[in-house]
Amino acid sequence: MNPEMKWEIKKLTTDFLILGGGTAGCYAALTFCEHSGGHVLIAEKANIKRSGCLAAGVNAINAYIAPGKTPRSYVDYARADAEGIARGDLLLTMSEGLNRAVRKLEELGLVILKDESGRYAARGGRNIKINGENIKPLLARAVAGQPRITILERVSVFEYIVRDNRILGAFAISVDEPVLYVLTAKAVLCATGGAAGLYKPNSPGFSRHKMWYPPFNTGAGYAMGIRAGAEMTTFEMRFVALRCKDTIAPTGTLAQGVSAKQVNTLGEVYEQQYGLTTSQRLYGTLTENREGRGPCYLRTVGITAEQDEDLQKAYLNMAPSQTLKWIESGRTPAVANVEIAGTEPYIVGGHTASGYWVDTKRETTIRGLFAAGDVAGGCPQKYVSGAFAEGEIAAKSALSHMDAATPVVWETEIQKARRFLESFLRQPSKKSVDQRSVDQLEEEMQAVMDEYAGGIGSGYRYSEQSLAAAAEKIRALAEEAETNALALADARALVYSLELRERLTLCNSVIAHLAARKETRWPGFGENTDYPERNDAYNLYINSKRENGKLKILFRPLVKEGEIYEH
Amino acid sequence: MSIEITRGVCTGCGKCAAVCPGSLIKLAGDAAVIERPERCWGCASCVKECPAGAMALYLGEDIGGLGGRMTVKCEGGLLHWRITMPDGTPKTIAIDSRVSNRY
Ligand SMILES: Cc1cc2nc3c(=O)[nH]c(=O)nc-3n(C[C@H](O)[C@H](O)[C@H](O)COP(=O)(O)OP(=O)(O)OC[C@H]3O[C@@H](n4cnc5c(N)ncnc54)[C@H](O)[C@@H]3O)c2cc1C
Ligand code: SF4
Ligand code: SF4
Repeated sequence: MNPEMKWEIKKLTTDFLILGGGTAGCYAALTFCEHSGGHVLIAEKANIKRSGCLAAGVNAINAYIAPGKTPRSYVDYARADAEGIARGDLLLTMSEGLNRAVRKLEELGLVILKDESGRYAARGGRNIKINGENIKPLLARAVAGQPRITILERVSVFEYIVRDNRILGAFAISVDEPVLYVLTAKAVLCATGGAAGLYKPNSPGFSRHKMWYPPFNTGAGYAMGIRAGAEMTTFEMRFVALRCKDTIAPTGTLAQGVSAKQVNTLGEVYEQQYGLTTSQRLYGTLTENREGRGPCYLRTVGITAEQDEDLQKAYLNMAPSQTLKWIESGRTPAVANVEIAGTEPYIVGGHTASGYWVDTKRETTIRGLFAAGDVAGGCPQKYVSGAFAEGEIAAKSALSHMDAATPVVWETEIQKARRFLESFLRQPSKKSVDQRSVDQLEEEMQAVMDEYAGGIGSGYRYSEQSLAAAAEKIRALAEEAETNALALADARALVYSLELRERLTLCNSVIAHLAARKETRWPGFGENTDYPERNDAYNLYINSKRENGKLKILFRPLVKEGEIYEH
Repeated sequence: MSIEITRGVCTGCGKCAAVCPGSLIKLAGDAAVIERPERCWGCASCVKECPAGAMALYLGEDIGGLGGRMTVKCEGGLLHWRITMPDGTPKTIAIDSRVSNRY
């Protein structure tokens, strides 16, 4: 690809445009077709058969309303786990759709563990066991079987088309060749998932992408919203996962499946001392390590041979590298306790509450633009089934836009997008010696976030001063990434540059949110050393919105279940 | 984390390249290649797709990898995972997709 290279421009129009063919996106497409005779276009960066969070498979359905429980009890649980910073209206409407979504998945072929009476075998009131290895292929097959859904794969969406705060569509580029797609629709759903890769990962060398969250979910949806002036919420609530060391495989299967307890290096069980919310459980392990009683483990030694074998199988169905590690080292869980560690922070609205500020119907503050799944804020603990439930709500809400005329994108808008892409390809007149590659800039960004904005290296701690330094360094990197035209070889390299830009945009917002919450609300997820205690004056949402190039922080009062929130 | 493709065994069918969630695999001539192995997530999607058994998953040395290789063959509802130990000994685990995890 060279600067004079010609872009091919392809225009596609549909009724309902879905950005990201993952969990929420695929489910929304199916729901839309059940309730309307209209057409759907899914624009997906990879191949919907294995794209996104579900690629390797999942272990369980984490969000389900078991007999004896109610959607309201799920709201209470999720809100308490988030220390109060969650939207009651979003949690309730999501919870009400959970069981319907699970039944639908079973119809599509998902295998679910049943008890003797044929009911789902629920554990702990909200968790059911499945064989989740093929959950994404099952979903993809259903989508492919619906003739009114068009799937556009291997395209990366990078910018919304918005006029007068109304969405018209989005721009995307092919990951293989110089093609600019102009996608227009009556309503648009953003379902691009959360963001990995902002912080230096656990293993920054060769295995830098052996992380929990998919490294290919780069936060495009968040960044596009931020740049288009959408209101966003709760980016300061980062998610840090407690995982098996090195493989970053889930720990829940060990903790719940064989009741493995967290123990420190002295063999003491410490987990009860710190409380039971997600962030407190993590905080326990971090504190034991910090105070010299690490490394910490899940105590699995002593389990039966049968349990040992079942665990190896269970991990093959969701995190095969863990089973490989056990077997090649001979240190299976019956033989050796499993070391655990905290990951680098992720931004993921399906676990915590970061993302678009939506109304109860999942419409963002940009008219006609909806959000669901990990990219949508305010509604933590939604996981797979909650992403389905939100996809369903968003798709049904989008129906009300179907009477609108199909928008027309101006030629000037298209040419602007093309020029923007070309600006990345412009070769500097003289390639300066210190010009850095996308990889180098990304590494630098991760190092800055790690050291100054509460990553692993700083023990997840930050202060007003360190955040100010982070903001300044990220600003400089963003400038370098935008102005220092990179010597790009092909379409793929351009995609990587756009991903870096997305991450830098998001880093800037994360830092601003961390600085605005002058307290420590979720000690495992991060500690503000200037304000180490929780402060109830911050029983509110921290939102942000870009206006005239500047990020403005807004404080919004808590919203309860039963209320209908409108923008 | 990464994958290894055995030239000679790979038939160049392209299935792995089509499915990778990071679009990391390319066809070069008549065989698949992964150009940036350090960008691999280790999800094993490509490995499950490969009809020839040409594709194996391994753990990087930086995360304690000892040189074992893992392939998988899908037959009907069964997944046959085959692990070749660092010393060459094979071990197979079969998983029935129609049976739920117990944990
Ligand atoms: C490893 C792992 C294990 C998990 N295990 C469980 C479990 O056992 N139980 C449970 O309930 N939950 C589990 N979860 C959580 C759950 O899987 C997620 O919360 C949920 O799948 C998120 O759905 P989503 O639609 O928001 O994102 P995804 O399913 O990731 O979909 C996002 C899609 O957008 C695409 N995309 C991204 N950027 C662009 C772009 N610029 N242009 C076009 N397309 C783009 C991606 O390729 C992807 O297909 C797990 C998550 C992970 C990461
Ligand atoms: S293991 Fe997953 S990420 Fe790695 S090359 Fe294969 S499909 Fe791509
Ligand atoms: S799927 Fe297997 S045989 Fe086909 S191209 Fe990939 S490695 Fe080669």
